[in-house]
Amino acid sequence: MPRKQETKLFAQTLSLLNAVVKPVAEGDGGFAPPTIGEFYPEAIFFAGTPFEINRIMLIRLLVLTLLLVLVMAWTRAFAKSYANQQYVPSRFQMMGEIAVGFVRRSIAHDQLGEKDGDRFLPLLTTIFFMVLGMNITGIIPALNIAGSSLIGLPLVLALGAYVTFIYAGIKKHGMGFFKTALIPSGVPSAFLPLVFLIELLSTFILRPVTLALRLTMNMVAGHLLLVLCFTATQFFFFESEGLFKIMGIGTFTFGFIFTLFEILVAFLQAYVFTLLTTVYIQLALADDH
Amino acid sequence: MRFATEVATMTGSLGNVGYGLAAIGAGIGIGLVVSKTIESIARQPELASRLQVTMWIGIAFTEALALIALATPFIFGS
Repeated sequence: MPRKQETKLFAQTLSLLNAVVKPVAEGDGGFAPPTIGEFYPEAIFFAGTPFEINRIMLIRLLVLTLLLVLVMAWTRAFAKSYANQQYVPSRFQMMGEIAVGFVRRSIAHDQLGEKDGDRFLPLLTTIFFMVLGMNITGIIPALNIAGSSLIGLPLVLALGAYVTFIYAGIKKHGMGFFKTALIPSGVPSAFLPLVFLIELLSTFILRPVTLALRLTMNMVAGHLLLVLCFTATQFFFFESEGLFKIMGIGTFTFGFIFTLFEILVAFLQAYVFTLLTTVYIQLALADDH
Repeated sequence: MRFATEVATMTGSLGNVGYGLAAIGAGIGIGLVVSKTIESIARQPELASRLQVTMWIGIAFTEALALIALATPFIFGS
């Protein structure tokens, strides 16, 4: 019976593999892989009240303050150079012009055109800098967790985008906005109920949900990956024996690479969030085809 | 069936396998989106910036499904 032997062999290999893998993975009980508890740190102030403040909240408040100060300083620099008719920008002002101009030119004007782009620019700029600022704390030493890695903040931004594109649609087309959004023209009437349901789900439910989830899950996954890499490095260097120490170099390198990758992700998510908001507004403004 | 019971005693979560399967779809999808964009840019380099914007939108939609899969354990799990 070769088949029976085969399965037996397979089972034996599995149990052998289990025996080999387990001591490495658990070591002397020292290695603790990161869990979702990472994102629910202990409360620091006002524990037990609805205004409980923990590490992530503090980071959010810090980022918010920094953003406010930065943007106010930029606005002041713009206004000052305009008032003095001094058209050669300082280095600080240049930075601001590049940052704000990026959202204005390559997101708002590209997708919406100059007129509508400038109309919705305040929201888009807010979303871009908010998401970027909250994301980048994920790789700043001593902060080490993204302010947007809990669903609350992305959800607020997504709701802002949601309300805005519905507002844009209603302002332009009145109640016809819902008609064109839910009942596209040129669909055979037999399919209309199906299309109606799909459009309802995708336009009015999945859009804000995916906006919020995309940002949150990117930050959650990135943070867990970094924690995994660096706790493994710590474990290999200080708690494991002999040859396993060498593996620490590998995990540290991976951690470093993923840190660089997280910088890219932080910018990319800010860009994608703003771009999608713009596209949703554009779709709401577009005439029925 | 001794073998079946032995397999059943394997520890760990099937959710990991599920997420791996879900990631295949998004991986293939993003690969397609990017490869087509590269092809188009190779044919018409002057359209590169517009194509890249469209590519990011496409990636965002494709990726969303895998990220929803990542979120499901927290939503439906406990």
